[in-house]
Amino acid sequence: MLNIIIGILEQGFIFAIMALGIYISYKILDFPDLSVDGTFPLGAAVSTALILKGVNPWICLVVAALSGALAGCLTGFFHVKLKIKDLLSGILTMTALYSINYRIAGSPNIFMMNEKTIFNLFTVPDSIRPYFPLIIIIVISLVAKILLDMYLKTKSGFLLKSAGDNAGLVVTLGENPGKIKIIGLAIGNGLVALAGAVNCQRVMQFDVSSGVGTLVMGLAAVIIGTSLFARAKWVKVTTSVVIGMILYKTCISLAISSGLRASDMNLVITTLFVITLVATEYSKRRKPHAQTKKY
Amino acid sequence: MLRLKNIDKTFCAGTPNEKILFTDFNLEIKEGEFVGVVGSNGSGKTTTLNIISGDIDIDNGEVILDDKNITKLPNYKRAKEIARVFQNPSMGTCSSMTIFENLSLADNKLKSYNLTKGLNIKAKDKYRTLLEQLGMGLENRLNDVVGTLSGGQRQAISIIMSTLIKPKLLLLDEHTAALDPKSSDTVMELTQKIVSEQKITTLMVTHNLRHAVQYGTRTVMMHDGNIILDVSGEKKANTTTDDYLKIFNEISIECGN
Repeated sequence: MLNIIIGILEQGFIFAIMALGIYISYKILDFPDLSVDGTFPLGAAVSTALILKGVNPWICLVVAALSGALAGCLTGFFHVKLKIKDLLSGILTMTALYSINYRIAGSPNIFMMNEKTIFNLFTVPDSIRPYFPLIIIIVISLVAKILLDMYLKTKSGFLLKSAGDNAGLVVTLGENPGKIKIIGLAIGNGLVALAGAVNCQRVMQFDVSSGVGTLVMGLAAVIIGTSLFARAKWVKVTTSVVIGMILYKTCISLAISSGLRASDMNLVITTLFVITLVATEYSKRRKPHAQTKKY
Repeated sequence: MLRLKNIDKTFCAGTPNEKILFTDFNLEIKEGEFVGVVGSNGSGKTTTLNIISGDIDIDNGEVILDDKNITKLPNYKRAKEIARVFQNPSMGTCSSMTIFENLSLADNKLKSYNLTKGLNIKAKDKYRTLLEQLGMGLENRLNDVVGTLSGGQRQAISIIMSTLIKPKLLLLDEHTAALDPKSSDTVMELTQKIVSEQKITTLMVTHNLRHAVQYGTRTVMMHDGNIILDVSGEKKANTTTDDYLKIFNEISIECGN
């Protein structure tokens, strides 16, 4: 039982990093960014390739995040400079990344055996060994969350928030809204790639198709989290996104233990997603004066 | 200070809906003027503002601000010197951010939006004083989200935001049209106060003839892409709302309305 809970928390906190990225593109920028389905395995591919070359696994995480940010810039470039529709820009990047990820990793599947990862870099006493990966994962995702919170309080973060809310305001402030969008997509996809890298170091495996459903999963977590805590002003939205992902992983875990197969998950995700959306709409209609907070 | 020179603008050129609005249109605004622009729908008032702000391209002609040709400059670069308040109160503010955050954001215009703290704590008292002048009780609601405010309150904040950093030119695009009569007058009073105190050159498009008569130093009436009346100084002081209405009705009869 304890193992199951640890498993859920590990997965929850890893994918929470990804959900934070999607929170930026989808909620703040109002940009349905499908490139995350490609940047998640991109992070994994970069991290795996570097680990196999013997690079320090922490540096692998940083490089993976940067590669994700670069991919986000590409989506931004498609949308802002080439004027391609937002949804299509993401799909284009995602499609291109499928080939690129294959190139980087050199194979559609890689299993790691004894390579150094962030989880086995130090030797830890036997008593805390079962919890050690979870501790590292929590630290990474909390650092990511706190850094994001801090960023959203800076001048640049303010501008990012206003770009999603009212791009016209950014123009009247004399700033280029396109540039702000690209920055936001870079940060979002950087976080998603970071999650992909942490995940592949944890499961010791790279799979080129591991990104399928990333956006929907992240959105589900964002919507579960933000709707649950919509009226709790004292809960930061980033916190509710993290909790949303943990709840989401719990639901999935319950679904699997009740006899569903792993391949049924996409159906479960969609069902969960629709239920949350409808429930949110319903509660909004019941309380017309309730204000939803966006950040 | 602002000159529109030989502007040509045709909408939907080459289609059955082609509409030639401006041919060889000229307008000059002098430093410190507060120009009210009136005219019927489709007369080119808002298009004039959009041409100045760079939101629509022109076919021919030049836009010159302080002897600098800005015809080819994109809208966000022009915005560094030209401020604008829109008809829709939600256009000038960010609804999901607080009043304090909105004001801090606007106060940083022309400076770098970098990784330093977004809230301008030092200026909090200044913001409070500015909001106090509105008499709307907003000085005690600095941490309230702007989305919870009324249209009039938001428009008042929009005006403060657009003039926190003094612009060379202020464009007001029917900025009181979406408000109820009382808020409309309050916002107009505030506009007058800020414009005259800071001596900002202003171009205001309005459907409210009374506002155009009562405020401003010059009134321009437009029709079908032409300026058909342009009064300032003593002549403006002697022109009443009725005079404008008379001309207005004459045009409408010509159009067969």
